[in-house]
Amino acid sequence: MAKKTYSFYPGCSSQTKASSDNYLKSTNSMCKYLDIELKEIPDWNCCGASIGYAEGGELPRITLSARNMALSEQHNPGMDLVATCAACWLSTREAKERIAHSAQTLTEANTALAEAGLTYKGNQAARHMAEVLVEDFGFDELKRGVKKPLQGIKFAGYVGCQTNRPFGLAGESFENPKYLDNLVEAMGGEAVPYDQKVTCCGGALAFSEPEKSQKQIKDIIESAYDHGAEMIVTPCPLCQANVEIYQGEVNKRFGTKFNIPVTYYSQLITVAYGGTAAEAALDGQLIRATRLEEIAKK
Amino acid sequence: MSENYRNNFLKEVEERVEEGHWVKMCMQCGVCAGSCPLGPHWAHPPQEIFMMIRAGKREEVLTSDSMWMCTSCYNCVVRCPRKLPITHIMHGLANLAYRLGLSPKNQTTQKFASMFWNNLAQTGRVNELKLSLGMYFKDGFAQGIKNAMAMQSVGLGMVKAKRLNPMELFGGHGIKDKSGFHAMLKKAREIEDRRKNFA
Amino acid sequence: MADMKVAAYICQGCGLGERLDTAALASVAKKEGKAAIVKEHAFLCNADGIKMIRDDIANEAVTHVMIGACSRRAKTEAFGFTDVCVSRANLREGVIWSQPETDEARETTQEMAEDYIRMGCAEVKKMTLPQGDPAAVTDRTLLVVGGGVSGMTAALEASKAGYKVVLVEKSGALGGWAAKLHKRTPGKSPFKEPQETPVAEMAAAIEADANIKVYLNAITSKTGGAPGRFEIEISTESGATVVEKAGAIIQATGFELYDANKLPELGYGQSANVVDQAGLEALAKAAKGSPIKRPSDGGEVKTVVFVQCAGQRDDSGKHLPYCSGSCCLTSVKQAMYFKESNPDIDTVVIYSDLRMPGNGEDFYRSGQEKGVIFTKGNVSSVEAAGNQCKVNFHDVILNDQTAIDNADLVVLATGQVPNSGVDIDTKLKAEIAAAGGDNSLMEAYSASQVEGAVQPISVLNLTYRQGPDMPQLKYGFTDSHFICFPYETRRTGIYSAGPVRRPMDMVQAMEDATGAAMKAIQAIENAGLGRAAHPRSGDLSYPIFRKEGCTQCKRCTVECPFGAIDEDEQRFPLFNQARCRRCGTCMGACPVRVISFENYSVETVGAQLKAVDVPDEFSEKPRILILACENDAYPALDMAAMNRNVYSAFVRVIPVRCLGSVNTIWINDALSNGYDGIMMMGCKHGDDYQCHFVKGSELANVRMSKIGDTLKNMSLEEERVSTFEVAITDIERVPQLINDYAALIQKIGMSPMKGF
Repeated sequence: MAKKTYSFYPGCSSQTKASSDNYLKSTNSMCKYLDIELKEIPDWNCCGASIGYAEGGELPRITLSARNMALSEQHNPGMDLVATCAACWLSTREAKERIAHSAQTLTEANTALAEAGLTYKGNQAARHMAEVLVEDFGFDELKRGVKKPLQGIKFAGYVGCQTNRPFGLAGESFENPKYLDNLVEAMGGEAVPYDQKVTCCGGALAFSEPEKSQKQIKDIIESAYDHGAEMIVTPCPLCQANVEIYQGEVNKRFGTKFNIPVTYYSQLITVAYGGTAAEAALDGQLIRATRLEEIAKK
Repeated sequence: MSENYRNNFLKEVEERVEEGHWVKMCMQCGVCAGSCPLGPHWAHPPQEIFMMIRAGKREEVLTSDSMWMCTSCYNCVVRCPRKLPITHIMHGLANLAYRLGLSPKNQTTQKFASMFWNNLAQTGRVNELKLSLGMYFKDGFAQGIKNAMAMQSVGLGMVKAKRLNPMELFGGHGIKDKSGFHAMLKKAREIEDRRKNFA
Repeated sequence: MADMKVAAYICQGCGLGERLDTAALASVAKKEGKAAIVKEHAFLCNADGIKMIRDDIANEAVTHVMIGACSRRAKTEAFGFTDVCVSRANLREGVIWSQPETDEARETTQEMAEDYIRMGCAEVKKMTLPQGDPAAVTDRTLLVVGGGVSGMTAALEASKAGYKVVLVEKSGALGGWAAKLHKRTPGKSPFKEPQETPVAEMAAAIEADANIKVYLNAITSKTGGAPGRFEIEISTESGATVVEKAGAIIQATGFELYDANKLPELGYGQSANVVDQAGLEALAKAAKGSPIKRPSDGGEVKTVVFVQCAGQRDDSGKHLPYCSGSCCLTSVKQAMYFKESNPDIDTVVIYSDLRMPGNGEDFYRSGQEKGVIFTKGNVSSVEAAGNQCKVNFHDVILNDQTAIDNADLVVLATGQVPNSGVDIDTKLKAEIAAAGGDNSLMEAYSASQVEGAVQPISVLNLTYRQGPDMPQLKYGFTDSHFICFPYETRRTGIYSAGPVRRPMDMVQAMEDATGAAMKAIQAIENAGLGRAAHPRSGDLSYPIFRKEGCTQCKRCTVECPFGAIDEDEQRFPLFNQARCRRCGTCMGACPVRVISFENYSVETVGAQLKAVDVPDEFSEKPRILILACENDAYPALDMAAMNRNVYSAFVRVIPVRCLGSVNTIWINDALSNGYDGIMMMGCKHGDDYQCHFVKGSELANVRMSKIGDTLKNMSLEEERVSTFEVAITDIERVPQLINDYAALIQKIGMSPMKGF
């Protein structure tokens, strides 16, 4: 396959030594194996996530994303804009659709962008990395690159919210999306069915309402365990962080003894493609993904 | 004349709340209430909020902490048979309440939401460490130390996994064109305030 | 009549040749069935097989044909010989598809097939060829009673199809309820705005239609006859009476609004500003497009409250217990009247459940878009204060006892009460209620019988012995076959359409009237050909009555679900063939068995069940007779077989026209012939009946409940005769029922009545 190039929006959490540092590292490794070139959008800004509403309101929030898209259009023309973070993707795509549906919003956003010397045209698609893998490659193609199948490992594919709703991947159901399971199977792993695949981890409220959110996290992990999973895999940095980081807190609160690794699909693919533990950024796990480390060592 | 079941508040919501024009389209099925992950914690689930708006209960709606329970999971949005963008309406109502100074004081999500915005608005990117510490210290210095100590093991683990940088406290990530960025946000805010009739 | 010559044909196709010993079957047909000609064929329903049969009919003077092949429900065209009597032995669905394909099962499977051959031969010999009604006539005119939108639609549709119409309207103008409307709820896409009513347009079309004769200010004062030959006296206001003839009748007499005077607690009669939906339409009409004013003082209207289900869906017994299904749409429309004149008028609809039939959901959304507020709640009272009202209600969503004060107008949605005439079953219903301990109906009935009491006014004034109007199904709505065949009533050739049949809106009423007109046309045509109307449409057989044996017991006249049988001057039953649906309920009812059809009789069934070879008590091979309704249970058995759902090899199935046609003699005969059990499979009965013939399965159930004594006299267990309600969809359940019953028979043991 020919080299593919995308305009890349890494997002705040992916930055060096930020909470999903390991997501970016493993994504870069994965892209190397898949012959994908990611051209970072110069001087991109935060998307506002879905928690900026109190102070940010509507138009300032949309304008944040419009700035990123305008920069992408200007510096990386002719490419699709691709994000790895679920919230980044959602905010960007949502802003794009809002502007597309309202001439007034377009005018207002561009009036604000003009202050930074930018114009939004709306000529690039806003996509998630998972869409690139599923749509531009496909599972058969992805399977072809596997050197070390993740044989015998049982994964709970945790899709979560924002790569799934309200947009999701084309052709997937909101209640039971299959792409992550298919990806796991393509890498030679086993995707276990379980009933909390699209349950909310609490999102930003894991921080502001820990009591309420940790119940969510407990339900997700418990269901993954009950259905035989040894590891959770996710496409969302906030899902990853919440489910991994708060396991200790959850154990304290509910008297459980959870200790399940939570990884990114990009780490799985990197390992399956023969990458090292360092390439897959497995050292970035709070709960070590030892089964993956073993395969990477082979 | 009483405001009971008159359209005044509904009209205000339509003008000043993000996607507020959808409120009148709710058909009171309650699927949103049943779909919310934090459902049991809402004093008034979305279905009820919509009815309260139509019943003219302005004060009760805007002072409620219900909208602040939204985790932005969009479950209600994809399940709503009338396709109401419920997540955004909840954000919009929260924003209106906040702007009018009616939202409940000491609501943690509200504090976090405004901190998050101010954090990103400053440098263009979020500084996770400052954000976390801000959250711990929101209730004063002593409580902040306590909170931070309680979460110490998590924080240290993150540092060890190279996913948290103590040096972020002094500067950290940010965009280059800060002045353009600030001007842009200021302008956007201005337009929004004019359109939504905020002083 | 020519001499009877029986030919039996045995098919080897569809696996019959592999699974069965067809030569042995042929030998059974020959030796036991006494068929003069017996032939096997590899593929009987193909052209060659059909030609073989045709040739035998033509060249060998065959008069009776027994076909041993598939179910009588399959290949009906290929085997549809109309010039000979035909019986079908169901070897495919009834035997090989419902029996396991194993070596162990081979013997019992063959026995089953042989029995069906015996039964088919026995049946066909008892049949004669239906001759049709030689006196059949028809008048290609449709009488429509009621000149509202339903009646006008029926008239115009029948005329378009080439039929003449006589339209009788009680009032001085066409239009009915619709004529009172300012606008109607939308009937076409995009279903967002109120539309003009179709009254003027339809009335003009009727005026211009030479096929349609209209009587205004007129009533049907006497209706007699039968489909094809109804004779109707029409009394006009001037006192003159005209006689018209019609082949079929449609009753489209519509509804009145429930009387809001019965709702003083909701402010009606207390304030001029509380109106019902008709009252609001009148205000809107009077306003002629300008804003609707407050009735009490002509003041400006700023707030309107619509109270849904006013005097409806009431479980206290004081008001209507049902939902009228159209008032929600009307309230949305009426709220739009106000929004159209001024979007700032607050319009609140207080509902407990919104019902928006058809495309009403789009209309509801349109109302919401226009700012009509919908509130789920229960209104407890409306208080009048000066020129305004206070509406007290419980908001169900907010669980809030609250009020809307300063309402300038309150509209009560009171619902539809059908104009269905006299309830002919008042006394019967009162008796049933009294038997259940409730004497209120009986008291009301007794009061109505006192001299001088106000009597309900009949609509049709039928001269039938069963009463002057159609039976009423529930809540006073006229009869119709609610679940399966909406326009069919229990008075053949008389159809009910529109809100007199069940509550509905205008869109549904027009659809209803069109459907009823089409059914009426079928009835007219079938009557002319001397054939049965629905559901045995095309059947030429009819009840033949042997007067000499009749004891004048009246069971047939009383039990006929369709009022087809009157009594003549000597009190013998008088059959009106055109009214008859050929269900055979009269035949089942007759204790002296003097009623039969040419091709379906006490003998045709009796001969079949006697033809079965019943093994002796020690064979461990019981025999279970199944009498299965041919409309639901028999197709369910066929479909079960198509799915290869196997059932006991000990059953022998005889299809019957309706369980109502089952004569108790068959039960007696079966038991004394040594059958170990009898299963009767009929349709669901009761208020939500599914019986094609409405009352057939219910009557059968009543008759069978009395069979206990017979069983006792024969020293047999009660379980040996059982009735089952079976639906056409019971494909999994029917084989299960059979197997469970077979196990039960196994448990209670073989009948001691064998070999006598």
